[in-house]
Amino acid sequence: MRFTTIFRVALRALRRNTMRSILTALGIIIGIGAVITIVSMGNGAKARVEAQVAALGQNIITVYPGSFSSGGTRGGFGSAPTLTVEDAEAIAAEVEDIDGVSPEVRDRNQVLANGLNWSTNINGESPDYPYIKNWNIVQGAMFTDQDVKSLAKVAVIGKTVVDQLFPNEDPIGQTLRIRNLPFRVVGVLDVKGFSLFGSDQDDVVIIPYTSHMRRVSRRSNISSILVQGKTSDKLDVVKSRIEDLLNQRRKGREPDFTVRTQEEIAATATETSKTMTLLLGGIAVVSLVVGGIGVMNIMLVSVTERTREIGIRLAIGAHDRDVLLQFLIEAILLTVLGGILGILCGIGASEFASAYFGLPTLISPTSVLLAVAVSTVIGVFFGYYPARKAAQLDPIDALRYE
Amino acid sequence: MAPVVQIKDIHKIYESGEIPVHAVRGVSLDIHKGEFVALMGASGSGKSTLMNMLGCLDRPTKGTYKLDGIDVSDLDKNELADIRNQKLGFVFQGFNLLARTTALENVELPMLYGRHRRLSAGQIRERAMHCLEIVGLANRADHMPNQLSGGQQQRVAIARGLVNEPQVLLADEPTGNLDSRTSIEVMGVFQQLNDQGISIVMVTHELDIAHYCKRNLILRDGVVVRDEAVPNRSIASNELGKLKSAEAAAKLIANPVN
Ligand SMILES: Nc1ncnc2c1ncn2[C@@H]1O[C@H](COP(=O)(O)OP(=O)(O)OP(=O)(O)O)[C@@H](O)[C@H]1O
Ligand SMILES: [Mg+2]
Repeated sequence: MRFTTIFRVALRALRRNTMRSILTALGIIIGIGAVITIVSMGNGAKARVEAQVAALGQNIITVYPGSFSSGGTRGGFGSAPTLTVEDAEAIAAEVEDIDGVSPEVRDRNQVLANGLNWSTNINGESPDYPYIKNWNIVQGAMFTDQDVKSLAKVAVIGKTVVDQLFPNEDPIGQTLRIRNLPFRVVGVLDVKGFSLFGSDQDDVVIIPYTSHMRRVSRRSNISSILVQGKTSDKLDVVKSRIEDLLNQRRKGREPDFTVRTQEEIAATATETSKTMTLLLGGIAVVSLVVGGIGVMNIMLVSVTERTREIGIRLAIGAHDRDVLLQFLIEAILLTVLGGILGILCGIGASEFASAYFGLPTLISPTSVLLAVAVSTVIGVFFGYYPARKAAQLDPIDALRYE
Repeated sequence: MAPVVQIKDIHKIYESGEIPVHAVRGVSLDIHKGEFVALMGASGSGKSTLMNMLGCLDRPTKGTYKLDGIDVSDLDKNELADIRNQKLGFVFQGFNLLARTTALENVELPMLYGRHRRLSAGQIRERAMHCLEIVGLANRADHMPNQLSGGQQQRVAIARGLVNEPQVLLADEPTGNLDSRTSIEVMGVFQQLNDQGISIVMVTHELDIAHYCKRNLILRDGVVVRDEAVPNRSIASNELGKLKSAEAAAKLIANPVN
């Protein structure tokens, strides 16, 4: 039989049982729809993480105190107060291919201004900090090396702090009090939004690290060291240079620090969303298999119901291949139409998710093509057995079938 | 000339039940081009079984069958399908039309398989229409089987049997479900086809129907017990004419009473 004729016959058979066809295809519709939605959400989340990673700044290496590899009980990062300003200065002075260093001191404290108060992150940094973090100052300017040397009481603040303490005025030149010490606001940072790990990055007051250590937190150790690498291809080299230098400075003591590149940090962040996508994708695949079994079931019923028809076709001169193709194409048509409906549903669901829940989604053409391919494969896979059953019928037995 | 159908000592044993049924027990038969054979016999005598073997739908347990010189016992499934498609037309005991498919499409069906699959849709349609005209159903071409009377369905089945210009037309009780007038009409179609050179083998229980054929075979318990030519057979057009005048007469008589 000609292909177009087989196609028409199959389409007509499906139309004859419209309701049944739709219900059968529903498994595929849901499965493909779920796949499209999940993939588009996964892609959207990935794109957002990538944007956040880019916003972290580029080619950053961070040195954390404490270590994975110290024997016995192991604390997390920062459990041992072992990094010093001298470590940071040594890195700045001796390591090649770097573009900036900022010793970081972190703390949470109450900040007062205008009779308002707000608990926020007080970070001690060097003037390199905005450059390293790729973070613009939108008003005023960053404090200077001179401010660091002189333990100046100056601060650069984030948007959230501006909103909380200076809701209706220009913050530049205003005074805010940390531990009752007056700090002059010299700059306002650009809005950065939430970090990869969900904290508000704009909720911050940045002061010279020296001022932080001597005047605010009164500690002698620093929380971490931010290092800006010059180029991404040298990042690993720079990382090992830093490790070598710090080990050298510790004169054979066990390493009590960890050096991590930006990529390693970003990888952890994307890992979570990847696992999520895999898990949900697994569920979608299961529902596709269930849908496929539904198709197989209905095709088997259909073959049994139409045994006489098959008998007539065989008696009149159909080859087994003609019958096989007829039922196979019917199954494929069922799954592909289901797949197309599923794609439409998936696109709808993604649009809905991004419109009403603010979830980022990104529908990729590859996933649409893949969905069509997958539904065809399901049709072939689950349609083949019933179709072969039909094709193997004996004409005389099929004609006698009641 | 070699016979179109040549069977030698053909047997069929059904093994499906608990005890094997020996339905056909050694039938030998030659049917030549242009013959018109009626196959008769009591119910269960093996007529349908024999017809199915003649129609290459079923394989004999034993014996040889040559159709148009080809030994069909050597052929595989698909080759048999081609033989059925090209050399044979089969009119089944119970019509066996495709449901929810128009008369025309039912007639087109054999052309969609086999060597005719190369024909264009238009040619197929034209040829199917021609066959419906032969059986007098051109005006019912787009009716579904359930919208047709039994006799009309039977004629669609005959048109389907004809459409690939078979050498032999096999019909299993083609008039089984029909009233006598429609039966005669169907026999008229057969006689007309037979006159054009198609060999016909048909099963019937009715002696008067068998009388339209040229040769009568009687089967009993799977063997041929009688095989004879029909002297001065009935001609459908004449009988139909007689029937019409009789009906007219009946009406003439009946009318005054009403
Ligand atoms: N598929 C089958 N399996 C087993 N036995 C069968 C089968 N088909 C027919 N028979 C047996 O073979 C014998 C002949 O059957 P067949 O159908 O040929 O009779 P028939 O002459 O056509 O009868 P009828 O006039 O009633 O149609 C019967 O005894 C029947 O029971
Ligand atoms: Mg019978």
